Amino acid sequence: MTTVGPILRLESVSKRFGGLRVIEDLSLTVRRGVRTALIGPNGAGKTTVFNLITGVFAIDAGRILLDGADITATPSRRRIGHGIARSFQNIRLMPHLSTLENVMVGQHCRNRGLGGVLQPVNLVPHNRWREAARAALADAGLIEYERSTVGSLPYGVQKHIELVRALMAQPRLLLLDEPAAGLNPVETEALQAQLEKICAAGGPTLLVVEHDMHFIGALCEDVIVLDFGRKIAEGSPEDIRQNPLVQETYLGAPAGELMERHSAARGA
Amino acid sequence: MSGYLEGVLVLLAVNVVFAYGGFLPLAAGQLNLGLAGFAAIGAYASAYLSNVAKLSPLIAIPFAGIVAGAVALIVAVPVLRTRGIYLALATFALGQIVQAIILNLEVVGGAAGYPVAAFIRLPTIAAAAAIVVVLVWLLFATRFGIAVTAVHDDEGAADLMGIDVRAFQIAAFALGSAIAGIGGGLYAHHFSFIEAQYFNISLSITIVLYVLLGGTQTVIGPLLGAAVFTLLPEVLRASAHWRYVAFAAALIVIMALRPEGVVTGAQLRRLLGSNRAEPRHRAVAAGLPKGGAG
Repeated sequence: MTTVGPILRLESVSKRFGGLRVIEDLSLTVRRGVRTALIGPNGAGKTTVFNLITGVFAIDAGRILLDGADITATPSRRRIGHGIARSFQNIRLMPHLSTLENVMVGQHCRNRGLGGVLQPVNLVPHNRWREAARAALADAGLIEYERSTVGSLPYGVQKHIELVRALMAQPRLLLLDEPAAGLNPVETEALQAQLEKICAAGGPTLLVVEHDMHFIGALCEDVIVLDFGRKIAEGSPEDIRQNPLVQETYLGAPAGELMERHSAARGA
Repeated sequence: MSGYLEGVLVLLAVNVVFAYGGFLPLAAGQLNLGLAGFAAIGAYASAYLSNVAKLSPLIAIPFAGIVAGAVALIVAVPVLRTRGIYLALATFALGQIVQAIILNLEVVGGAAGYPVAAFIRLPTIAAAAAIVVVLVWLLFATRFGIAVTAVHDDEGAADLMGIDVRAFQIAAFALGSAIAGIGGGLYAHHFSFIEAQYFNISLSITIVLYVLLGGTQTVIGPLLGAAVFTLLPEVLRASAHWRYVAFAAALIVIMALRPEGVVTGAQLRRLLGSNRAEPRHRAVAAGLPKGGAG
């Protein structure tokens, strides 16, 4: 690790929707290069935290620091240029674009200005941006789908395309919202291996929202637990499994038991 | 070539140009029902430039397109703040305002209409239409085409991918209006007489129909839509009064059978793509990396 400072810091962040306090005085730190999980019962505010980090919603109080720089007031569309890319809980690929074009959307933030807008990606066969996107698809084993309309592809493949799209932005911080949801155990294992490879030396730092505790235990080194918009615990996956408060509010079962994907497990 | 045939083909070429004026904003997910207004701006501006400033139509018409685009750019800022049905109504009102202004503008003849001295024939108009088609096709083969479709599909996700949603919507709206202005200029210089009444809401709706029926996802869609729906009423001419009934019935059938337009992106990719069938039924795991990674 060359730089020591944390990649992401939330300082006393609060967010209300009308009278509902969804995030309250939340402070958290994601250390550079440390694969971190954000877990908690449904409705705990995990996706909201992602939406605050990416700027979908403005925060009511507090600060968000990316690599030491205050991005609290940075508009959402500029944040990917600062190095924050994400996937979505419910896939949000562009249904009218092909797989390859969807992946090229991920390059948008790196190919700026009039020269970028008029980059002939679908005109010149060996355009370097097009070739880079094809290489990424080939790398991910998805090249056979390059011309397919994404809507017709299986769920797992669409999730994978979304990941490739996010990586095309060459982010410093990669936010994945339930990447393993809907995948079978074989696919989940493959995803874990792939994420480890992506986040190896020089890759982005990973912050992942996930319910599958096996997946988190295998992938992540750090776990942050949210409940009702507050942080209730933080530590290694092992610490979190043993934490009585987390067991009570979320895991709801003896330590180490596999979480069912959709279980809220609240107050078990 | 008979006068009738030339007239039909000129109208076809002009309608193709109009269709691309409607295609650009629709590709970005925006319905512009004020296209006739921008066509009118182009028609009157080019006619004024060739009548009064004695410019060649070949200079006056592109310049009029720029004028229409510039007006669109100015009004886009407030108008494109509205969405959906409200945007449609706002652009509709815009078209009405342009029509009303022209009716009261004595310098271009007001309600009496405006004769145009310079004349251009079919080859010039057909060439102009071809240039418009090629330029739009080239534009949509760049990142612009991908970004505009992304904005159309999911504004929120497009924004998070770093796409300036509003800038692309404004650009598509202004470029489309400029093209509609060029179409108006071509029309004015062939039919030698323009009047505000021609540039009414039914022209705007017809243009939008060309695009919606041809398909908004591909650059070929508007060309096909304009061609079919300019020529179909002429082909049906044999049955006199019933031809518009048959035409309307054909519209409804197409809308029912091809709700996304006659030509869709997926279909075009299948036709132009490799012969490989779409691997849609393959095991999901095939998309994930093989073992040994990491």
